[in-house]
Amino acid sequence: MHGWAIAKRIQQMSGEVLQVQQGSLYPALHRLEQQGWIKAKWQESETGRQAKFYVLTVAGRKQLEAETANWNRLSAAINLIVAEA
Amino acid sequence: MMRWLDQLRMKLRLLFGRGTEGARLDDELQFHLERQIAENRAAGMSTEEARAAALRAFGNPALLRDETRATWSWSSLEAFGRDVRYGVRTLVRTPAFSLMAILVMALCIGAATSLFTIVRSVLLKPLPFRDPDRLVMLYEHFRNPKDNVDGFNYNVVAPGDYYDWRAQTHGFDDMAIWRYQQSNLSGERGEMPELVRGIGGSWNLFPLLGVAPVYGRNFAKSEDRPDGLAAMLTWSLFERRFAGDPSIVGKQIHLDGKPYTVVGVLPKWFAYPDAKIQVWVPYQSGMQPDTLKHHDFHFSRVIARLRPTISLATAVSQVEAIQYQLHLQNLHAPVAEDVAPRSITDDLARNVKKPLLILMAAVGCMLLIGCLNVANLLVARGAARQKEIAIRGALGAPRFAVIRQQFTESMLVCLVGGGAGVLLSLAATQWIARTWKGFPTAQAVHVDGVVIGFACLIVCAAALLAGVLPATSTSAKAAFAILQSSSRTAGGNLSRTALRKTLLTIEIGVTVVLLIGAGLLLKSFVRLRAADVGSTTENVLTLRYSLPAVKYDKPEKVNGFNEALLDRLRVLPGVRGVALGSMVPGGGYGGDNVFTIKEHPPLKAGDQLPDAMYRTAAPGYFRALEIPLIEGRFFGNDDRLERADKIIISRELAKQYFPGEDPIGKHLIVPARDATPREIVGVVGDTLYQVGQPVKPTFYFPVLAGKDADDMALAIRTDGNPLAISTAVQKQIAELDPELPVTDVLPLETVIGDSLSNASFSATLVLAFAVLSLVLASVGLYGVLSYLMTQRMTEIGIRIALGAKRDQVLRLMLGDGIKPAVLGLVIGLVGSAIAVQLMESFLYEMKALDPLVFVSVAVVLLLVSALACLVPALRASRIEPMEALRTE
Repeated sequence: MHGWAIAKRIQQMSGEVLQVQQGSLYPALHRLEQQGWIKAKWQESETGRQAKFYVLTVAGRKQLEAETANWNRLSAAINLIVAEA
Repeated sequence: MMRWLDQLRMKLRLLFGRGTEGARLDDELQFHLERQIAENRAAGMSTEEARAAALRAFGNPALLRDETRATWSWSSLEAFGRDVRYGVRTLVRTPAFSLMAILVMALCIGAATSLFTIVRSVLLKPLPFRDPDRLVMLYEHFRNPKDNVDGFNYNVVAPGDYYDWRAQTHGFDDMAIWRYQQSNLSGERGEMPELVRGIGGSWNLFPLLGVAPVYGRNFAKSEDRPDGLAAMLTWSLFERRFAGDPSIVGKQIHLDGKPYTVVGVLPKWFAYPDAKIQVWVPYQSGMQPDTLKHHDFHFSRVIARLRPTISLATAVSQVEAIQYQLHLQNLHAPVAEDVAPRSITDDLARNVKKPLLILMAAVGCMLLIGCLNVANLLVARGAARQKEIAIRGALGAPRFAVIRQQFTESMLVCLVGGGAGVLLSLAATQWIARTWKGFPTAQAVHVDGVVIGFACLIVCAAALLAGVLPATSTSAKAAFAILQSSSRTAGGNLSRTALRKTLLTIEIGVTVVLLIGAGLLLKSFVRLRAADVGSTTENVLTLRYSLPAVKYDKPEKVNGFNEALLDRLRVLPGVRGVALGSMVPGGGYGGDNVFTIKEHPPLKAGDQLPDAMYRTAAPGYFRALEIPLIEGRFFGNDDRLERADKIIISRELAKQYFPGEDPIGKHLIVPARDATPREIVGVVGDTLYQVGQPVKPTFYFPVLAGKDADDMALAIRTDGNPLAISTAVQKQIAELDPELPVTDVLPLETVIGDSLSNASFSATLVLAFAVLSLVLASVGLYGVLSYLMTQRMTEIGIRIALGAKRDQVLRLMLGDGIKPAVLGLVIGLVGSAIAVQLMESFLYEMKALDPLVFVSVAVVLLLVSALACLVPALRASRIEPMEALRTE
C-alpha cells in the first residue's frame, strides 16, 4: 500500500477515533524502511500516477509479532489495574 | 541475508543518489496531498477549501520532509557537507577577514611545522646507523676544571690514548677515531681548485657505524697508514664535482697535490657529523707517525660500540683504568685522568639543543597568539551575526547545529591556512638548514609523513582552540533577548566584549613574553659582538689559503711566495697594512702545544707542563692588526729560515708563566714543533680566539721560517670597505700562483660574527616571531576597539549631544582600549620574569631580569597599543550625534 492508503486505512480501522496528523506517517515509514522491516517499490497507482508502495518483509513480520505481543501484555496489565480501580 | 543486501543497496542509494531520493520523497508527499485534495473535492469542497483542509490534516510539509530526511542514513554526512558549503560561502563573502585569518594561520602553522621538522631530525629521529643506541662518544676529562677546554667536561682525544685504549681493553665491541681536516682539491679537467673540508676516519669507522658505501668499498686496514692514499667521496661532492659518474671509483683525485685513489662513494643520506664534509681519508693518512703516539696532543673524536653483554659503566671503567695509567706515566704532560662517555645523539645535538628548545617555545607562543587572534576575529564575526543566529535558533535549529556550523568555519580557515603553512614550511626548513652554521645532523633534513601528520595535528588543535570559544559563546538560548534588543539599549552585548577583551589580554601577555625573550637574546648577542677581540676589527678583509706541500716543498719556496705576496699587497691603493699568519683574532682555536722554559728549574713531580695556543705571524702582522707591543720587538725580515728560532708571547703567557720577571731573552722549548730553544723577543697584547671565551696564553712563531704553510690566514686593513679590494687581492694571488685556491674571503667582522652566527640566528628568529606577534596583537587590539566603538555608537552620540567634548570622548575610548593592553602587559611581565630564568645560562654576561629589556618592551607595547587604539578612538570622537542616534 502507498502512504495515503495506509493513512486512510488507519483512520478507517480505528473507527475515526484516531485523528493522526497524516504527514507524521512519512518519517515513521522511512524509519521502518531504514530498519529493513518494510520494503518499498515505486509502481503505478490506481490513478495512473507513480507512487511508492510499501510491503512488510519477513523480518518485519517477526518484529510485528513481537511488538503486538508486547502491546497485548502491556494493555492487559493496564486493564487489570484500571479494572480494580 | 536478503535484508542485509537490501539495506546495503539502500545505503548506497542514499549516499550517491541523495538528490534523486529527495525528489522522490517530494513526489511521495505530493501524491498524498493530491489524493487527499481529490477526496475533499469529491466530498463537495471548493478547490481552495479542499487544499486548505488537506494541508491542515497533513501537517507542515516542509517540516515533515526535513524530519523524514533526518531518518535517512548518512544524514550527519549531509549536514557536514552543508556546513562546509555554507562555511565556504560566508568566508568568500568576507574576503578581507578570510584572507587575514588564513594568512595568520599559514604563518603560524608554517613556522611550527618547519621547526618541528628540524627538531625531529636533530633531536628525535634515531640516527640511521646500525643500533644507534649502542654507540657512544668517548671523551677525555681533566680533573682540574681549568684544563677542560671551554669549561666542558668533554675534551677531544689524543691519538696515543686511543690506540692504547683499543689495544688494551675489550669492554667495547670496537672503537674508531676521526679528526677534521682541510685540503686543496685540484681540478682534474681544468676546473678551479677548491678547498674542501674533510675527515680522517680510521678504517673501522664505517663498519662500526654500519654504513656501507653506495659504490666501491670501505677503507682497508692496510690503507690506514701515514702514507696511505685512499679516499672516499661524500655524495654531495660526487654529484657536484664528478657529475655522479660511478667510474670515478678507482680513479685518482689530487688532495694537496698528492694522488689519492677513490675507493668508494658514501650514500646520499649520510651527512655525519655535518653536511659540509666533502671527502673522507683514512685517519693516519697524511699525519706524522710521531703525532700518532702523542698523548698530549688533543684533536680527535672517538666513537665506540657497546657489546650487548657488557654495560656502559663496566666498559668505560676499563678504558679509564688504562687512561689513568697513561696519566701517571706522563705526569708532566696534559694527559687526562678520566674518560667521559656521551651518547652519540646528545653529542650531535649539544650545540643546538638549547637554542632549538627556545625556538620551539617561541614558535609555540606564536601559534597560540595566532589561534587567539583567529578566535578573536571569529568572535567578532559571530557578534555581527547574532541576529542571524538568533533567527536560526528561533526557526528550530538545535544549538548543536549552530555551534557545529561555526566550528566548521574555523576548521576551514585552519585547513586552508594549514595547507599553505605546510607549503611555506617546506621552503623555510631548507632555508633554516642552510643558514644555520654547523647544523649538526647525520642525515639530510626533509619533510616526511610524520611531519605532515604533526601538521594535521596542530591544524586540528588550532581549529579547536580558535573555533570552540566563538562557537560556544553563541547561545541560542539568549535568542529572544537578542531579537528584542536594538542599538538603543546601551552597551550592546557585554558578555561578548568581555570575552574578546580576555582573549586580547592573553594575546598581549604572550606577546610580551616573546618580546622580552627576543630582547634578552638580542642584547646578549650585541654584547658578544661588542666584546673586544684584542685587535682592530673594522675595515679588515680576511681570506685563507693553503700552500700545497708537493709544490712548495722547500722553506725558501714558501717564503718566496709569502714575501712576494706581502710586497705586492702592501703597495695596493687603499691598503693600510697586511697581516699574514696562521689565524686572525676571533677566527677560532687552532691548536695548542706544551712547552718548557729553559731558564726555569725543571718541574716537580705532579706539576703539569704549561701549554699555550699556537700561532704564526709574519713581519707586520701585529702592526697591521693594531695588536699592541708591550715589550721587546716584533718579528723582522731577519727572523727567517735558520734564524727563525725566535718567539713572541702574549701578555697572558708572560703573566702566567713569568710572574714578576722579564721574559725578554728567555727561551721556550716547544717539543711538538722542534727541539731548538726559541728566544723570546717580544710580548704583545692578548687577543681572543673566540668571542665569549676566556683569554688563553698564546705564542707566535715566525711565518718566515718557511714551515707550516698549509693553513695561512691573510688580513688586510683598508681605508674603506674591505670587500672593495678583494678582487685586486685575489688577482695578485693568482698572478703569483694560478693554481692556488683561496677561501673564506670575508671582512673580519663577519668572521668574528660567524662564531656568533648561531647566537645571532636564534636571536633573529625569535625577534621575528616576537615582532609578528606584536603585529597580530595590535591588529587584534584595533579590531576589538573598532567593534566596541560600533557597539557604543549610540551612547557616544548621546554623550556628545549632551555636551561632552571631543577629547573627553577620545580619552574615554583610549582608556577602554588601553586597559586590556595594560593588564596583558602586567601578566606578560610577571610571566616573563618566571620564564626567562630558564634562559639565563644562554646569555652572555648579563642577568635574565635585565631592567633595560623589560622596561623597553613595556614602553614599546604601550606605544603600539596606544597607536592601535588611536584610530578607532579618533573616529569615535568625530561622530556626529544625529547620525549616531539615527543608526540602528
